[in-house]
Amino acid sequence: MSIRRFLPLLVFIGLFIALMVGLSLNPREIPSARINKSVPEFSLPSLKGDGVGLSSEIIKNSKKIVLVNFFASWCGACRIEHPFLMKLSKMSKANGIVLYGISYKDKPANSLTFLNKFGNPYVRVGVDLKGRTAINFGVTGTPETYIIKNGIIRYQHIGPIYGTQIKDMILPMIKKLQQEGKP
Amino acid sequence: MIAELGHFSLVLALGLAIIQAILPMIGAARQDDRMMMLGRPAAYGQFLFCLLAFLALTYSYIISDFSVTVVAENSNSLKPLLYKISGVWGNHEGSILLWVLLLALYSALVAFFGRKLPKSLHARVLSVQALVGVGFYLFMLLTSNPFNRLINIPIEGNGMNPLLQDPGLAFHPPFLYLGYVGLSVAFSFAIAALIEGRVDPAWARWVRPWTLLAWVFLSIGIVVGSIWAYYELGWGGWWGWDPVENASFMPWLVATALVHSAIVVEKRNTLKSWTVLLAIIAFSFSLLGTFIVRSGILTSVHAFAVDPRRGMFILLFLGLVIGGSFLLFAIRSDKLRTGGLFAPISRESGLVINNLFLSVAAAVVLYGTMHPLLSDALFGIKSSVGAPFFNLVFSWLMIPLVMIMGLGVHLRWKRADIKGILQRLRVIIGLSFLAILMTLYATRGGDIMSSVWLGISVWLLLSMLQELGHRIKLFQVPFRNSMSRLRRQPRSVWGMSLGHIGFAIALIGIVFSASWNLEVQKVLKIGQSLNIGAYTVTLKNVIPVAGPNYSAIRGIVDVTSKNGEHYTAYPESRTYITSATTTTEGDIKTSLSGDLFIVIGQNEGQDMWGMRIYYKPMQIWLWIGALIMVLGGFMSLTDRRYRVGSPENRKTRNGKAGSGKTGNAKTANKASQRSKTRKEAHVH
Amino acid sequence: MRLFVVIIYLMALTLSANAIGVDKARLADPAQEARAYNIMTQLRCLVCQNESIAESDASLAQDLRAIVRQQVKAGKTDAEIIHFMTSRYGDWILLKPPLKPTTIVLWFGPLALLLIGGFMVFRYIRQNPETDMEDPLTADEKKRLKKILGGKMPKNKDHLGDYMS
Repeated sequence: MSIRRFLPLLVFIGLFIALMVGLSLNPREIPSARINKSVPEFSLPSLKGDGVGLSSEIIKNSKKIVLVNFFASWCGACRIEHPFLMKLSKMSKANGIVLYGISYKDKPANSLTFLNKFGNPYVRVGVDLKGRTAINFGVTGTPETYIIKNGIIRYQHIGPIYGTQIKDMILPMIKKLQQEGKP
Repeated sequence: MIAELGHFSLVLALGLAIIQAILPMIGAARQDDRMMMLGRPAAYGQFLFCLLAFLALTYSYIISDFSVTVVAENSNSLKPLLYKISGVWGNHEGSILLWVLLLALYSALVAFFGRKLPKSLHARVLSVQALVGVGFYLFMLLTSNPFNRLINIPIEGNGMNPLLQDPGLAFHPPFLYLGYVGLSVAFSFAIAALIEGRVDPAWARWVRPWTLLAWVFLSIGIVVGSIWAYYELGWGGWWGWDPVENASFMPWLVATALVHSAIVVEKRNTLKSWTVLLAIIAFSFSLLGTFIVRSGILTSVHAFAVDPRRGMFILLFLGLVIGGSFLLFAIRSDKLRTGGLFAPISRESGLVINNLFLSVAAAVVLYGTMHPLLSDALFGIKSSVGAPFFNLVFSWLMIPLVMIMGLGVHLRWKRADIKGILQRLRVIIGLSFLAILMTLYATRGGDIMSSVWLGISVWLLLSMLQELGHRIKLFQVPFRNSMSRLRRQPRSVWGMSLGHIGFAIALIGIVFSASWNLEVQKVLKIGQSLNIGAYTVTLKNVIPVAGPNYSAIRGIVDVTSKNGEHYTAYPESRTYITSATTTTEGDIKTSLSGDLFIVIGQNEGQDMWGMRIYYKPMQIWLWIGALIMVLGGFMSLTDRRYRVGSPENRKTRNGKAGSGKTGNAKTANKASQRSKTRKEAHVH
Repeated sequence: MRLFVVIIYLMALTLSANAIGVDKARLADPAQEARAYNIMTQLRCLVCQNESIAESDASLAQDLRAIVRQQVKAGKTDAEIIHFMTSRYGDWILLKPPLKPTTIVLWFGPLALLLIGGFMVFRYIRQNPETDMEDPLTADEKKRLKKILGGKMPKNKDHLGDYMS
């Protein structure tokens, strides 16, 4: 019995373990290259077209934890997410956060109608008509949400925030960020 | 009622599979004839009940019984009958049922055609075959039962992904599965041989046709899938190195290696443990492919069931079957004694090197497919491995393989005279270099890799033709003599020649269509035209069209070419009503010199339409080449030695015929025997 | 769970509802367009997961194509454009992973395997005829061989002797 004949078995065991680990990972979870980097420079007009809606300056100068949500009126998943954002918005004062929106590749008029109809959870909204700011953020689609502290992106949430995710993921994350640096 | 009947049949099939797995195996160990004999009726019964279950599910689809969950989720009463039937396997549960049905079918075929096998070998093969089946029955009944009922019965079903509503795709999975599952026979023979501790030419004579059959089906499945991708996806691509495509390519590569190495076992009684290992690996890749598709572990556009629980079940089953087989191999393969010897330059060596390259190719595809997963698991880095990587590696890896292929067919068994062969081939070698230089000249030196590839494709083609010419003594004896020699060639020679010639032709098609294709994308106003290569394309009009379950816009496009060709093309863009998805039905004008592929896109303003036009030179030769390869496989399958020879008979015949000293003399003897029997047949 | 299914469905809807589009702003210079196209084939369409942005009709892919063209036109090098993409989306966007410590096996594995396998094959083939092999030619065959070779037997015999030992 030579050791060489065990080679196929050994290779397979390696593969098996890799598959075992792989099964617990989610291949559709997209990594973010932007985590722990500063917010990209941008300045976007407001929905009504009267001056700056949102800019990197505004985010960097914020003392609170900033949530930036990319949305669009044409995006189905955003409608599902919307009531949850409204809920988050109502809790924002108590939790020391501020929620900004970026309208992604959407006609400003349509976004306005969308927000008028379902409510506006955002403190400020910027219009990213060509989607270039979104690309600088590393956005792959709507909805997507970034949690930012001191102008540094700390967390990226892909897809809608819904169900118990506010309680289970978003708020604990914010708590953790607020605790940071405190004794 | 019918669904319950199906469910019940499935349980009965499981019961019979358990009997078929256990009793013959024990019988073989105890040399108990009665227990061994049980394998055969059990295999027939298992197939029958499995077929009954399959028919029950098909019936539920045809009558649109939406109380059955899978029917409600995947079918629709408006669907044409063909797609109601193909819908049976167009989803996870049904496709597993098809898988296990085919496994039972192969079991039954082995039971029937293997009657003259040594009893214990036959019993063990059937037992292993059923053992694999048991796993799949359990998988189906425990995690994905196709006969589950719904409590709230919907009035209408969800329908089927319109991309899948295509005749090409209706038959893509059955062929692919016939291939995947067909490899189980070689696997069962390998395991049985390891248990018996014996591999001989008779064993190889059994394994080779089954592998060849699986190889033929796998090839058809892959080609049908490629053709579908080519005309459906709308950008003229036919292979994307997607994980699911790779999952079918890996077993194909290994099966190709196995078909070759089994020849060495059959003719020369050597390379035994390697061949057994290949048989195990080939089927392991089939199982792995099933796992990759079912678990959604590797992201893919094709995967239809993303369910970790199912994934875990299959993974454990995989571990048991493959791990167990490799363990058995590690312990038992020493028993397989090597027979015939051969010189470094011989056909055996050529085939060994062929196996080396094919195995490395399969390993590259495996590692490339798994790399994103490993990188994520080990380093936490998400990464992608796609077409640019595989194309680069394969274009290098395959060069030596194809070069050796062209040489290998001229090599004699045992020991070959390389100098003589090179001398015979010197004109062809010259012509191949000429092809490279001419291509370089024609492309102004722009494309070295494509030129080299064209050169070696030409080399392979000419070399194969030369080999055939040499066999029939073309131009050495009168032409009519050559032709009658050609007719007298055994089917296996035909198979070998056609297989390799087809491969060379397919390569030429690939090189041309991939290297020198043209593409124009433009927004055209009605009445405007554009030029692509020798063609002038004019958008005449765009009209709306209503289909049975879609609405479409159809372009009316006038095409003229410099050489006087003139026709009207009708590209369509369809939107399916139930799912609001859009598919493109490009207009493809196929000719031997190339395909003109016209796709109409979306409206870009008043009377303005986006148009994409591709010219794919020699594209059709890829499909023709693949067809010839498959034909070669069929030819080889019908070779006399597989039709006539039951292994026992064969052995005695071999004993008589095998008194010749060299392999060549042996073949000559056989050939003369064959022609004698033929003549006799004529006289009668 | 039900909601999740709805979401997946809706997401799929927004992705697949795009009909085939046509890039209007192609680069006028064919050489530049070819370079841009080559870069596009190496970048993954992030929302379709197994296509390059050159093939995809997803709106993000269209945007990324536009960016590639814009940067090619602005005279950026391939490396700079690739860096622009990886700094936003990570190595994940590259269909051909860069050579890094974590990808060494991927890039050198095939060659290593070929060398190891080749060595094993070499040893297997070599050791084979070292063991006693019967004289493969009968006297009759030798005569025929001599005839074929036109009497140049001695030279060839040496050559054959290598294998027969």
